[in-house]
Amino acid sequence: MRGRPLLYTSYEADQALLNTTTKRVMLGLFFLVLISIPFQVVPGLKFLGQEDWLRLLTTAAIFVIGALGLNILTGLAGQVSLGHSFFMAIGAYVAVWLGGPEGGPLIGLGLPIWIWLPAAGIIAALVGVAVGPTAVRVRGLYLAIVTLGLVFIGEYIWRNWDSLTGGAQVGRDFPPLQVRLWKEEPPLLDFTTPSTWFGVEFSGAAKAFFLMTVFAAVSALLAKNLQRTRVGRAFMSIRDRDIAAEIMGVNEFAYKLLAFGISSFYAGIAGALLASFVTRVIPERWDLFLSVQFIAIIFIGGAGTVTGTFLGTAFVILLPRIVQNFTLWLQAVATEGEGILAAIADVFVATTPNDFGLVNTFAGVGPGLSVAQLNLVLYGLLIIGFLIFEPFGLYGIWLRIRNYWKGWPFTY
Amino acid sequence: MTPGFVVLAQETPASNEFAQMLVDGISFGAIYALLAMGFVIIFKATSVLNFAHGALTGLGAFLVAAFVTVLDFPGRYLTSLPEWAQWSANAITALLVAALFGALLERVFLRPMVGEALFAVAIVTLGVDIVVRTITNDWMGTQPRPLGAPWGLNTVDLGWVRISWSEIIQIVVTVVLLGLIVLFFRTRTGVAMRATAFDQETARAQGIRVGRVFSLAWAIGAFLAGVAGLFYSIYPRRATGVDQSTAFIAFRAFPAVIIGGLDSLLGAVVGGFAVGLAEAAANAYLKFEVLGSGFPGIVGYLMMMVVLLIRPYGLFGTPEIRRV
Repeated sequence: MRGRPLLYTSYEADQALLNTTTKRVMLGLFFLVLISIPFQVVPGLKFLGQEDWLRLLTTAAIFVIGALGLNILTGLAGQVSLGHSFFMAIGAYVAVWLGGPEGGPLIGLGLPIWIWLPAAGIIAALVGVAVGPTAVRVRGLYLAIVTLGLVFIGEYIWRNWDSLTGGAQVGRDFPPLQVRLWKEEPPLLDFTTPSTWFGVEFSGAAKAFFLMTVFAAVSALLAKNLQRTRVGRAFMSIRDRDIAAEIMGVNEFAYKLLAFGISSFYAGIAGALLASFVTRVIPERWDLFLSVQFIAIIFIGGAGTVTGTFLGTAFVILLPRIVQNFTLWLQAVATEGEGILAAIADVFVATTPNDFGLVNTFAGVGPGLSVAQLNLVLYGLLIIGFLIFEPFGLYGIWLRIRNYWKGWPFTY
Repeated sequence: MTPGFVVLAQETPASNEFAQMLVDGISFGAIYALLAMGFVIIFKATSVLNFAHGALTGLGAFLVAAFVTVLDFPGRYLTSLPEWAQWSANAITALLVAALFGALLERVFLRPMVGEALFAVAIVTLGVDIVVRTITNDWMGTQPRPLGAPWGLNTVDLGWVRISWSEIIQIVVTVVLLGLIVLFFRTRTGVAMRATAFDQETARAQGIRVGRVFSLAWAIGAFLAGVAGLFYSIYPRRATGVDQSTAFIAFRAFPAVIIGGLDSLLGAVVGGFAVGLAEAAANAYLKFEVLGSGFPGIVGYLMMMVVLLIRPYGLFGTPEIRRV
């Protein structure tokens, strides 16, 4: 064996983001696979290139951006916040205020994306900084309830501000993902309709997928870099022992405001992108459950780590689809299969209104849970399970596996 | 979120309107006070911020509806008693089942988290809330389930104010329960709970079964939440009964807990009545055209933020002593 593995000879090498060959290779492979998804070339992952899966993956990329923000606030700086959906809503409604069509019954200024997207983030960040002083005044569990209050106050505002949000249960259309130079000119880049780039035909879903992946990659890089800067270390010191940090000279007030500001910036961008991607959003979308989804992502994936955020987002966003497919497969086994597997499947799935089963596969009221309710129950059980058994989440599980193989055949 | 608040006022002069608002505020405050009491008892005994209180409320109300209408247990065996006694027996049995459920939830989901970081446990209760609320909604279905209170819609007209029998009974029951809880804390088990709340490790060293105290605290909390859910599902709050939105009333009681202070029972009661009065005042005096729908629902949270700026630990909460 030549040389000693993992011998760092400079500070830069030690602090590098991709400090081992394995990390570099795996990240490269990951990007290659990600880029190839719309072309459906990788065997075994070809189904991901279908339109509905592409849209799911794009939603996951947008949720990654929002989750990175919450990761910085809760995982890095230790401030528990249930108000993430409030800041996402602010981002989305700033975007529609600036980017929505002019002259209609609803507020809009018709400005292009390179104005409304950064503005969504910046104004959400400013609101976050305004909320920040409460985090200095109240701590821990009290802060969780204050941020919970933000969500409810936000719900009230969006429900009643008809001219901006379109009104309760009605909603409005959000500015589409098109890059123009100025208001009414034809778009230079259009991420909503199919077109040909460099001679290759792309669908709208594929283009949006690439756009969101780029945004998510840039956000992840910024977040990962934040961890190894002075600001990141200050956040972690506040998370661990804020009194000791203050004594050491970390300005708790300034850094808590900064944490809220950065987190809200991410949330605002994610909210604006989410609203534009799904094109129509009702004000009830920005509710407590959206915040809980982000909390679930952080804790299932692993609080405080960027890799954990990615793992958690993939898990939480893809879970409903996987559960649905699994239930359909169980139903197929129960109705058409034979033998003991079919009998077991029949216990879990109710195929007709009189059949007993934990999960309904038919529409209507029956003794079991509907697939949507099963998703919710699984959400809750997963949150509980990960926090009880593996507080470091999926990233913690990955660490255990990696350390096991790193030390093999020794046990430690 | 609809206000869920029915004001009994008619065309009355301003002083009557004020008195009516007071009456409505106190009766609504009783519901919040019950929710806040349950919450604070759980917090004091186990240091757990119980986000699942809404689920317990909905579950308790649903169990009452099931026991009263469908199961009629043990009312069916007590046919010699008047109807209101049968109804009460059914309701109390249902609430005891809800209390059992609360203890079971604690044993299964929260006992493994003893000693973990507090916000991690709070997130676990968030997960429990999702699970219990979804399963309860599934049993409940989309139609509201009436609770069939025996006193019906009768009201008492005192001339200057109108109050329904339902509200009188709610206030009386709340006061009685508060008295029972104060008495409970003087019994041996109550002292054990106070000791556990004060210093868990020392209580264990003294031989107190801390696990049992936890389960008991959750049982009491679930019982109180069920009572509050029951009161929220009958006239004059929601005469149609318990439905999928009943659980959300607990989220409006959180500000009451914070205003009073997370670890103060007196604060919970005071906070509950304060939020109830504030919502009644907002409902009576603030115009719908100006502020839109649902403003009384967030009045509690706005009050809470103001109180927190002045006293960060609530009005009666003990300031946390933090050591490095």
